[in-house]
Amino acid sequence: MNSPLSGQPLDRVDGPAKVTGRARYAGEYPEPGLLYGSVVSGNVARGRIRRIDCDAALAVPGVVEVLHHLNRPKMAGDDESYEDADAAEGKPFRPLFNDRVLYSGQPLALVVAESLEVARYAGSLVRIEIDAEAHRTDLFAELDNAHDAPAELPGPRGDFAGAFEAAPFKVDATYSTPVEHHNPMEPHASTVIYNADGSLQVHDKTQGTQNSQDYLVKVFDLPKERVRVCAAYVGGAFGSGLRPQYQLTLAAMAALRLQRSVRVTLTRQQMFTFGYRPRTVQRLRLGADAQGRLLAISHEATGQTSRFEDFTEHLVEWSGMLYRCDNVALGYRLVPLDVYTPLDMRAPGAASGVIALECAMDELAQALSLDPLELRRVNFADSNGNEGKPYSSKALLDCYARGALRFGWHSRDPRPRSMQDQGELVGWGMAGGVWEAMQMKASARARLDADGHLWVSSATTDIGTGTYTVMTQIAADAFGMALADVTFQLGDSSLPTAPLQGGSFTVSSVGPAVRQACQALRGKLVAWAKGRYPELAGIDAGAFVVRDGQLQVAGKAYALEAMDVRVDAEPSARRQGFASATHSAVFVEVRIDEALGTLRVSRVVSAVAAGRVINPKTARSQILGGVVWGLGMALQEETQIDHGLGRYMNHNLAEYHIPVNADIGEIEVIFVDEPDDIVNELGSKGVGEIGVVGVAAAVANAVCHATGRRVRDFPLTVEKLLG
Amino acid sequence: MSDVPSAPNTHAIGLYINGEQHHLQVPPWLTLLDLLRDELDLVGTKKGCDHGQCGACTVLRNGRRVNACLTLAIMCDGDELTTIEGLAHGDRLHPLQQAFIAHDAFQCGYCTPGQICSAVGMAREGRARSRAQIQEAMSGNLCRCGAYSNIVAAVEEALPQMGGPRP
Ligand code: FES
Ligand code: FES
Repeated sequence: MNSPLSGQPLDRVDGPAKVTGRARYAGEYPEPGLLYGSVVSGNVARGRIRRIDCDAALAVPGVVEVLHHLNRPKMAGDDESYEDADAAEGKPFRPLFNDRVLYSGQPLALVVAESLEVARYAGSLVRIEIDAEAHRTDLFAELDNAHDAPAELPGPRGDFAGAFEAAPFKVDATYSTPVEHHNPMEPHASTVIYNADGSLQVHDKTQGTQNSQDYLVKVFDLPKERVRVCAAYVGGAFGSGLRPQYQLTLAAMAALRLQRSVRVTLTRQQMFTFGYRPRTVQRLRLGADAQGRLLAISHEATGQTSRFEDFTEHLVEWSGMLYRCDNVALGYRLVPLDVYTPLDMRAPGAASGVIALECAMDELAQALSLDPLELRRVNFADSNGNEGKPYSSKALLDCYARGALRFGWHSRDPRPRSMQDQGELVGWGMAGGVWEAMQMKASARARLDADGHLWVSSATTDIGTGTYTVMTQIAADAFGMALADVTFQLGDSSLPTAPLQGGSFTVSSVGPAVRQACQALRGKLVAWAKGRYPELAGIDAGAFVVRDGQLQVAGKAYALEAMDVRVDAEPSARRQGFASATHSAVFVEVRIDEALGTLRVSRVVSAVAAGRVINPKTARSQILGGVVWGLGMALQEETQIDHGLGRYMNHNLAEYHIPVNADIGEIEVIFVDEPDDIVNELGSKGVGEIGVVGVAAAVANAVCHATGRRVRDFPLTVEKLLG
Repeated sequence: MSDVPSAPNTHAIGLYINGEQHHLQVPPWLTLLDLLRDELDLVGTKKGCDHGQCGACTVLRNGRRVNACLTLAIMCDGDELTTIEGLAHGDRLHPLQQAFIAHDAFQCGYCTPGQICSAVGMAREGRARSRAQIQEAMSGNLCRCGAYSNIVAAVEEALPQMGGPRP
């Protein structure tokens, strides 16, 4: 057999479709007679709808219907029906359900018309009168109203208070992170095609077609076999597609009412009217001895949530698992506000929580006059203290070593403001990163055609992660076949069950299912061939090859027959006794013009330990993207709210800043070797989140090195660097 | 503002899109972007913001890159337009399309048609030669997946094959 395809930096199999414009996204499926829905959004943060006047809108030629809470079709009346696979605890939002206004930006009506322009124009004519009530949207002003988050935090270990009190070196610092919105480049969209038999074929922007399908089935009480949800291409999501969003509910509602096909696409402004990364305030206390050994860690965080759901993420756990420490106390509280519920956003919890931990570690290194990298080496943990289990693998020391070497860390002058170049202050900072390596149940089907093509499928998605490509590689290897003879299908609720695409667990969950299905199919083929062609009976299975549309064994060709296999894969049993995580070390160089307050990140080195990498090309892109996200978190991203109005002010891409091409300096990605035969049968841990974790902290640490100024309130915008 | 408009007056325009002639009746408010996507099913041109803030809708109008969301269809009477669908010759990809694949210059692919059209337009402008100039000239095209380093690498590689500025 040829060398395995897994491990090779292959081009994306969906590349040609994407560079030629042939790839169709959710809002791009044509349909004769298609109607366009335009969402009318509210601008009051809390209240009750007194009156909706649709007369003027309905009089516009081309308007077919205006839907709102008084005339909508029947929807489920129980919370459970609205709960999806990523639901937070509480009462999920129900679009157009009743007269309650729960947040500014809430969808209050849907205009359905023959064209998008007419729908949008008519939407501006819908008059909605709201009895406004007092609202609260400012986390910092409401900290007294916090309650314990319904999260399963590890209990305290050792005696934090005593150990912190006694520690000779201490840090006690509070950090804050802002609201951020996912803003995938493709706005959320759903095209609902109403078939002649009344069944629905939906193209949805989602990270889980079966999640959207289940939701529609429950909310509109439809037979499951009459709802099919597809997502062949998803224009980015980063978590925004983990829950069914309201454009899906509204498009389905209109299609069912009008018995016609309907598309609803949100505007960019409306992309700020559902989930987001919550604002947090986090207090970190670290105590250490003179050698830098951590004696005490406390991480207490407060995040915002809505009044209807308690959104939780893994914000503080990292502080109990990244380093060795016997005295740890973690706390997590939530403040309900008149806002929408937050939503998992790339490396949810870790992206914000590790900022606090890794900035505090830098502050501790300063207090100790110890190299920040050395401080982390001293505290390396080979087991997860939260769980009391050894890591299945943790090549973090290699990340430190290789990243530092590549970056040139050894030549860093530790004194703040000591490194200057051409009138600019230069700062070097670093941070560690960590993310869980999970595995979920998943299923896959493998089918061999009589003409020798292998079709493999699972209902997962590819939100830009490379799933199409990586699964094709895994399938081709497991079956022993050329890449060109394999097609992987995804993004269709009718395919074998797959978990939501998120949390970096797609390769480790769907990958084993694909592998097992292809291995089983190969076994089936060999058994069949030996029965069908008696002369093959004694030949070793390894000699059977499918090539050029035939079965080839020992230089002779045999006709094939179509056959298929479906496999349900379970998380590896060997994982039980172990903890598994991906790790990284990020090194950053910043250049600051102090007179102007301008800051440039000129270099980043990200060294990652993520087990076995199936496709170094697409995996590298994931890390590059994660680093760009981290730079955005550090320097730019912040959704600003006017608390008087309870409304976002910068809800567009000109004012919600994300990095542009010219903002990005050199980024180097290193994958260190990390063999792991425990985490799952592929030895792969996933790379979607780890790239972002630690980056923002490394930038802030570099800024402190450059300027001597410690900024703890993110993002580090110009006014915080000046003066 | 609540008067109801009467049925729109449409206007006849003629366009060459990817070398093909189209005679169309368009209402005055129809953007080039919505014309391409909703009327002609040329959905390769993307809508990321509809406000000229993201570059996803970049197409070539008489060889120059423009945001189709800020261009009314009616302004384009007689113009020659090239969209992402018009860059390849049959199965033979444009060198930039090839380079985008080779350098993995995209992830989700949603900003990609705009990035590619923008880079073709940039090459014709002939101003960007260095890496820093390319980065500056490509900064009107946002990529939320963060593929910027690879986009620059792809553009750098393909630039010499794109013929530079038009005479
Ligand atoms: S859609 Fe035209 S610039 Fe964003
Ligand atoms: S590739 Fe996803 S936005 Fe650029």
